[in-house]
Amino acid sequence: MAFVSRGFKGRRERAEDASRLPPGQHLVRDFPVLSAGPTPHTPLAEWSFTITGEVEPERRWTWEEFRRLPSQTVTRDIHCVTGWSRLDTSWTGVSVDVLMEGVETAAEYVLAFSDGGYTTNLPLEDLLDGRAWVAFAYGGEPLAPEHGGPARLLVPHLYLWKSAKWVRGLSLRLDDQPGFWESNGYHAYGDPWREQRYWGD
Amino acid sequence: MLHVPGWPRHRAGQHVDVRLTSEDGYRAQRSYSIASAPEERRVALTVERLDDGEVSPYLTDEVTLGDRLELRGPIGGYFVWEANQASPPLLLVGGGSGVVPLMAMIRHRRASGSRVPARLLYSARSVDDVIYRQELERLAALGDGMTVYLTLTRAQPAGWRGFARRVDQEMLHEVAWPVQESPLTFVCGPTAFVEAAAGTLVELGYDAGSIRTERFGPTGR
Repeated sequence: MAFVSRGFKGRRERAEDASRLPPGQHLVRDFPVLSAGPTPHTPLAEWSFTITGEVEPERRWTWEEFRRLPSQTVTRDIHCVTGWSRLDTSWTGVSVDVLMEGVETAAEYVLAFSDGGYTTNLPLEDLLDGRAWVAFAYGGEPLAPEHGGPARLLVPHLYLWKSAKWVRGLSLRLDDQPGFWESNGYHAYGDPWREQRYWGD
Repeated sequence: MLHVPGWPRHRAGQHVDVRLTSEDGYRAQRSYSIASAPEERRVALTVERLDDGEVSPYLTDEVTLGDRLELRGPIGGYFVWEANQASPPLLLVGGGSGVVPLMAMIRHRRASGSRVPARLLYSARSVDDVIYRQELERLAALGDGMTVYLTLTRAQPAGWRGFARRVDQEMLHEVAWPVQESPLTFVCGPTAFVEAAAGTLVELGYDAGSIRTERFGPTGR
C-alpha cells in the first residue's frame, strides 16, 4: 500500500504541462536563484573561456572572441533538483559542439569550472550533439549575474546544477571527478527523468 | 515537530524533502530546512505558510498531531556548520524564514556546549514576524558568546532599540567580525536579500570562499 498523506489534494497542472514535468517536480513561473556563495562579478575584459586538460594545445577565447563564434537561440524546459521546473525558457549561446570542433581527445568526462570555485562533472558525450551550450543571454537579454552571467553552461537535459553559472571553462578528463555538489550529497549524473537527485538514487 | 524512526543524526543547516501523496497517487514535493539541533531527539521543521502555496498550507493548516509524513533526508553537505574547537567566529545573516537553518546552527552550538563566538543578524518585517524571538532572547542573555542583532524593516514597536532598515553595508560593518578574524559566514533568505548581504560582505573584504549562501523564495508563481 503506497503512502497517502491524509487530506492532501494538491494542485494539478494542465495535462500537457504535467507530461513535461519529471517525477517530483512542480511548475514555477518565476526564476528562482540558488547558489552556494556570493555572486562573482568578473569584468568582461578579464573574462575568458578555456578548454583544458586532455587536449593539446588548450583552447582559449576572450569575451570578444567568444561572442564572435556562431550562436543559436534554443527553447528548453529546465529542471532544478530543489523541485522546480520551468517550461519553454529561451537561451542564446554557443553550442559546445562549436567549442569542441576539431578537438581530438581521449577524455570521456568533463569537469566544468566557474568563477567562485564552483565545479560540476559530466560525461563528455552529454555536452555534444546539440545538447549543451555556453549561454550568454536569457529571454533575449544579457544573462543577469545572479543567473550566471556573463555566461553559464546550459545542459537542460540534466538537473540545473549541472548548468554551471559563471562558467569559465571545461577540463577534459579521463576519469569522472565529482564536482562541488556531487561531493556534497548530490548525484553524479543527475537525470531528472530518472529522479537522480542524491547519492544512492 | 516530527518523530522520525531511524533518523540518522543530521548536520545543522541541512534540509529534508517532504513528499505528499494524494489518494489518487498525485505527488508534490518540497524542501524544508531543519530547525532542530542534531542533538535533539525529534526533528523540527519550521514552515512558512505561502497563501498561494501547494504544500505549505497543507503542512501548516491541515496536518495535526499523529499524522504521518513522508520524508527524504537529511540532505546537503555544504550549507552546514559543525561546532568544534577550531571553528572561526560564526556570522549568521538571515532574512525572514531564512533564519530557520541558522537556528539549527545556533541550537547546535548551544546543545554541544560550544564557545565559538557567534553573531546572528536577523532581518524581519516586524516584531511579530520574528521567528523564535523568545528563544533568541534567552540564548543571547546566557552570555556564552552568542549575540543577536535584529533589524525590523517595516514596523518597529515603541522604544525599539535595534536596527530599523534593510541590511546594508554600514550595518554589516557594525555587526560582522573584523575581516582579519576570518569569520565563517552563512547567509540565508530570499534571493534579493542574499544577493545584497553576500555581495556587500565581499565588498567589505570578506573572503568569498568563506561565505556560504542558501537562497530561496516562494516558487509557486
